Amino acid sequence: MNSQWEAVIGLEIHTQLSTQSKIFSGAATAYGAEPNTQACAVDLGLPGVLPVLNKDAVRKAVTFGLAIDAEIAPHSVFARKNYFYPDLPKGYQISQFELPIVGNGHLDIEVDGVEKRIGITRAHLEEDAGKSLHEDFHGLTGIDLNRAGTPLLEIVSEPDMRSAKEAVAYMRKLHELVRYLEICDGNMQEGSFRCDANVSVRPKGQKEFGTRAEIKNINSFKFVEKAINHEIERQIDVIEGGGKVVQETRLYDANKDETRSMRSKEEANDYRYFPDPDLLPVLIEEALKTEIRATLPELPDAKKQRFIEQYGQDAESAATLTSSRELADFYETVVKAFGGEAKLVTNWMTGDVLGALNKAGLEIADCPVSAERLAGLLKRIADNTISGKTAKQVFDKLWNSDASADDIIESEGLKQITDTGAIEAIVDKVIAANPVPVEQYRAGKDKALMALVGQIMKETQGKANPGEVNKMLMEKLKV
Amino acid sequence: MSLSASDVKKIAHLARLGIDEQQIEHYAKDLSSMLDLMTQMGQTNTDGVVPMAHPLDQMQRLRDDVVSETDQRDHFQTIAPQTEAGLYLVPKVID
Repeated sequence: MNSQWEAVIGLEIHTQLSTQSKIFSGAATAYGAEPNTQACAVDLGLPGVLPVLNKDAVRKAVTFGLAIDAEIAPHSVFARKNYFYPDLPKGYQISQFELPIVGNGHLDIEVDGVEKRIGITRAHLEEDAGKSLHEDFHGLTGIDLNRAGTPLLEIVSEPDMRSAKEAVAYMRKLHELVRYLEICDGNMQEGSFRCDANVSVRPKGQKEFGTRAEIKNINSFKFVEKAINHEIERQIDVIEGGGKVVQETRLYDANKDETRSMRSKEEANDYRYFPDPDLLPVLIEEALKTEIRATLPELPDAKKQRFIEQYGQDAESAATLTSSRELADFYETVVKAFGGEAKLVTNWMTGDVLGALNKAGLEIADCPVSAERLAGLLKRIADNTISGKTAKQVFDKLWNSDASADDIIESEGLKQITDTGAIEAIVDKVIAANPVPVEQYRAGKDKALMALVGQIMKETQGKANPGEVNKMLMEKLKV
Repeated sequence: MSLSASDVKKIAHLARLGIDEQQIEHYAKDLSSMLDLMTQMGQTNTDGVVPMAHPLDQMQRLRDDVVSETDQRDHFQTIAPQTEAGLYLVPKVID
């Protein structure tokens, strides 16, 4: 970015709360059902129906509020947000306006080693709309109302972010948090976690905000960064070209890497909110907060700190291994079952295990090597049964079979030779058979030793301990 | 406060109400006097009064998170003007 300009970014993130039924009706929320088979009379907005609030949606909202140190409104109110669109059958969305359930919290992010606190203005409960399908219906639009009435928690940040990088860090942190809290499955492809970004630019040093544009429905971390960066550039170009940024909603097109204007009509944003007479105020009592607070899991930041202290991890490893609750739990299960130095577990988890998962495109929950089987392998490294190099071979076999590390080591004959006499015999044989590298080494060419070690490892089929072989060779070749 | 004819048209459009051109003047007058009443009410001293969100002094009852509805799509779609492949069809709307 041009250094005379500063970007100001705020995010609105819609998280779909993982309830079984809808926020105001008893219809199912399961993803992927046949169109309109999960849309009941309430979701369709048929005359005469009344919404009844889902207790679990309220609990999940309160859980989130407590986790970000927010104020939980003792008394919160639902409002109607009025607009006309066919995927919104009632002609209004039930949302919250003046008295949201969660107010004024914060989340700490880290970018390039620098910590920053991002304010969260509010989080409110609302219902999702249905889905419009614009293709293939002889010029008509198809409407699927299965999603209508799905509970959402819209989390609105303060305009505290100053770069696309900070925005992504915030979004990732929030994504991690809602999954830790188990209030949202975080599935971005299915739309469970969606982001709108408010972006403006201003000359550096200026206090007032510039005019903002809202970029709608960005559904991946990668696109958020690209969309915001693109929008910052666009606004700077407009201003430097003597123009003015217009307040509007823009849509990010990932294929063209550009944003384009979406709603031009000003009145599209005139929602005429008013309290919904169909719903009474929601009261959150202290007792409920106390009860929920007691069930909060260890949160990501606390877990990260504990991993650093308890397992001697560096900050980067700790951040990686606590990035999801499942991964952290897996790690701790391995540490426990292994019983040896946690450092070995850390190295294997951040290296081979995550590498293999990444390559296979799998999550830790689908890891073909269970925590117990991995611990079994690490035990054999720790007690010198196999070398680190052989261990990688065994790991591959663990990945592709159900056998234990011990079975694999046994059946493949991978056990390290611990019989010093046997190794010594091979070392002597290799020295005798390779006079040239022996002479070179004695003449001061240290590299020649590697050739000899290689020969010995080959002779022992990799089952000798390379460190020991090295030591033995140097001893024998001493002039 | 007095509403103009164009205010009335805008309000009607937002609510998707069709109004008779000849009635606009009448609506403008009626709505303006309602707003005047609001202004008058707004002058009342309400210091220390908690805003009322609902006339009933009760709290919202909550329901347990269980699926209680069954699929009644065919039934609901009998009153829809047009359906296809389980979808409700409506005139094309483009953003």
